[in-house]
Amino acid sequence: MNPRAQIRLLPDGRRLHMHDGPIDLIIEAFGALAEIQAAYRAAVARFNFVLDELCGELVFLRQPTRVNSPLPQGTVAGRMAAAVTPYAALTFITPMAAVAGAVAEEILRAMTRSADLSRAYVNDGGDIALHLAPGEKFTIGMVERPDRPSLFGTTTIDAATSIRGIATSGWRGRSFSLGIADAVTVLAGTAAMADAAATIIANAIDLPGHPAIVRIPANELQPDTDLGDRLVTQSVGQLTPNEVHAALAAGIRVAESLLGQDLIRAAALSLQGETRLVEAPRGIHKNSTAESVLGGAALQRCDKLPILQGGFSR
Amino acid sequence: MIVVDDAIRCDACPVLCYIKPGRTGSCDRYGNHNGQLVRLDPHVMLERAQSRGDSLVPFLGKSREWDGNLVNDAETFVTAIGAGTTYPDYKPAPFIISSQVEGVDMVTVVTEGIFSYCGVKLKIDTDRHLGAECSTVRAQGEAVGHVTTSEYGSQMLSLGGVRHLTSGSRHEGTVTCDTLLHLCNGRAVELQIDDGARIVVQAGKPPIVDGVQEERMRVGCGSATIGMFAKQWFGKVDEVVVVDDHITGVLSEHQAGKLFGVPETGIKMKGRRSTPGRYFKVAEPGTSWGGTSITDPLSILAPFDPEIAKPGLSLLMVSTTGEQFAYYELDDALRAVEKDLPPSLQESVARIRENCEPALCTVLFMGGAGGSLRAGVTENPVKLTLSVRDALTRVTSGGAPVYVWPGGGITYMVDVSRMPQNAFGYVPTPALVAPIEFTMKLANYAALGGHMDYVRPLSSIRRNDEVSKTVAPREDNPWPLQSGKAPQK
Repeated sequence: MNPRAQIRLLPDGRRLHMHDGPIDLIIEAFGALAEIQAAYRAAVARFNFVLDELCGELVFLRQPTRVNSPLPQGTVAGRMAAAVTPYAALTFITPMAAVAGAVAEEILRAMTRSADLSRAYVNDGGDIALHLAPGEKFTIGMVERPDRPSLFGTTTIDAATSIRGIATSGWRGRSFSLGIADAVTVLAGTAAMADAAATIIANAIDLPGHPAIVRIPANELQPDTDLGDRLVTQSVGQLTPNEVHAALAAGIRVAESLLGQDLIRAAALSLQGETRLVEAPRGIHKNSTAESVLGGAALQRCDKLPILQGGFSR
Repeated sequence: MIVVDDAIRCDACPVLCYIKPGRTGSCDRYGNHNGQLVRLDPHVMLERAQSRGDSLVPFLGKSREWDGNLVNDAETFVTAIGAGTTYPDYKPAPFIISSQVEGVDMVTVVTEGIFSYCGVKLKIDTDRHLGAECSTVRAQGEAVGHVTTSEYGSQMLSLGGVRHLTSGSRHEGTVTCDTLLHLCNGRAVELQIDDGARIVVQAGKPPIVDGVQEERMRVGCGSATIGMFAKQWFGKVDEVVVVDDHITGVLSEHQAGKLFGVPETGIKMKGRRSTPGRYFKVAEPGTSWGGTSITDPLSILAPFDPEIAKPGLSLLMVSTTGEQFAYYELDDALRAVEKDLPPSLQESVARIRENCEPALCTVLFMGGAGGSLRAGVTENPVKLTLSVRDALTRVTSGGAPVYVWPGGGITYMVDVSRMPQNAFGYVPTPALVAPIEFTMKLANYAALGGHMDYVRPLSSIRRNDEVSKTVAPREDNPWPLQSGKAPQK
């Protein structure tokens, strides 16, 4: 057993929380009880080694990925490298851009290999790997400001789509961003792919040289960051509507390009209250179109009849 | 790798981050706080934690390991997180994206109860005498309640109740309803107690008694104050009297004074001696010194015993809150002559004051959910009562925890200051309208005859509804959907 790891069921008795160093996972599996148990045991067994494996080649994983970079050794690191390699020819990226998604994917894979589950998710700080048996679906809520969590949209992902990964990036998040997006949420084939793409799109949403944007060399904040002395966004002042539009447009161009290359399935780009969607025919629904998701049900506040709320699992 | 001088290397995990002062490592969980490695809990950014005053906790308080079992603890059995409000998850992970589970596992029945049987229990932190027990409390001249028991450092009022709301005159009911509504919604109310004080009360604020804002609760009764401070007075003053409407203490006679060998002073107290150094009824109750009516503390003393007392003897008189004090020395005729408080005693008086907590008014709303309210939840109302009794259903009021009285019915109390602002309304009956929520497992809801046709997913009540407003929950309230077992144990 890994003595650092903290592993426990959350108070709801359903979700498993696993924590080790910077990795913090919330996991839920659905299916027969025995299958869920088997899945959770498999998740724990795999989790105990993940951080040590990654740290074993951390120096390499913090290096910029090039088209001809050698492959790393570990399976998680391999997922990371595979997810970022499509970008290597065009821009600066390191495997670390996909670490959260790759860890989520690895743990999910361990679970689905060991148990027959109808659905499962592994949420690594917002980067989520999904498992859906045929006919199953998940509804996902999206948050743009982690410091003021509230949903700005929802999307339903069903088994018929090829979406199995979700990730979000932005300067307000835990990781550094080179751009100014509040949040870019990406749906993609895998969590690692979504993670890398969200990073790339969020970096592209930018207004270089804008005086209201405060940027600091990443290594002044975190001496050993993989970003070196690249300027990372620390705060973004109030932008004009035209500036917001221009910054989002830069991100949309990148997102549409990634969509065309099949690297993502959909993206929601959010900046100072404005949200733009880039998607193939179906994907993310903004709240303004929530009625269509809800079957057009008009909502009224009933003073006489009780309003019943349903479960929401995070 | 750049190693800046002031960065520390965290060895909590193999990432081995270098962390600069005021920053966190890649986990956001360990931070460099003034050169010390600290753990932040839960998962909040260091600057954010510090700016909000969140706790920085020492290293590695280990949570209980998962034992591989899916069966719940007794203390945690209700599931799901409701998201009508913006309660952060286990950790405010960046962009945590919620997977909404389509199956509804929990239901919360949200209703606004119309309460004819309701009122407030008002605790007023003061030692001043507000009125005799059972005295009528009036607002705008109408009887709205009565004085009930004195509690430690506080006076209790009971306001409202069905008798004032609906059994008296129409005007009495309206004024009572108005008074309750204002108090419950956190506004100030002026009350007159028959043969007693005129007070202004407001939840979470100091009371104003006869135009004077109460500052502090007494540290203890006069006798207790002697006990607490005897050591600090010994050798600095010959005699101390702590004036208190309840028990006035006298240092030289008190057990604590005896312990230090304080000699007799020949002091003679008015009032009734209880045990040595402790006197009842030295004066009438009032709003001055220590909750008595006196403004001249010497009025509670009889002449000193000339056999014992000596000229020059020093005497400190102080109230239980330290707000009033006076210092005397005996002249050749053994009369007490007021002098400036010597510097050596100023500290002890200040210390009494410091030890008195801020005086507040606190307002608990109390109401009973009648059959019709319960029928809004289930077709068979008594089953709801039984379900609450069995701790299968959790009751909250505006999301705040409540105390459900044992016995029949669902009669509960809630601290209005833990509820969202303006949570209360009224109907012209007159009666108060208060929020009440019943949360239970869906299966239990079905079993008690719930209105299953009306169960709707939370997603249909979204934040862009014009009628819904998202408020941040109070951090000291338990999250209503967590742990439905007996919330008030």
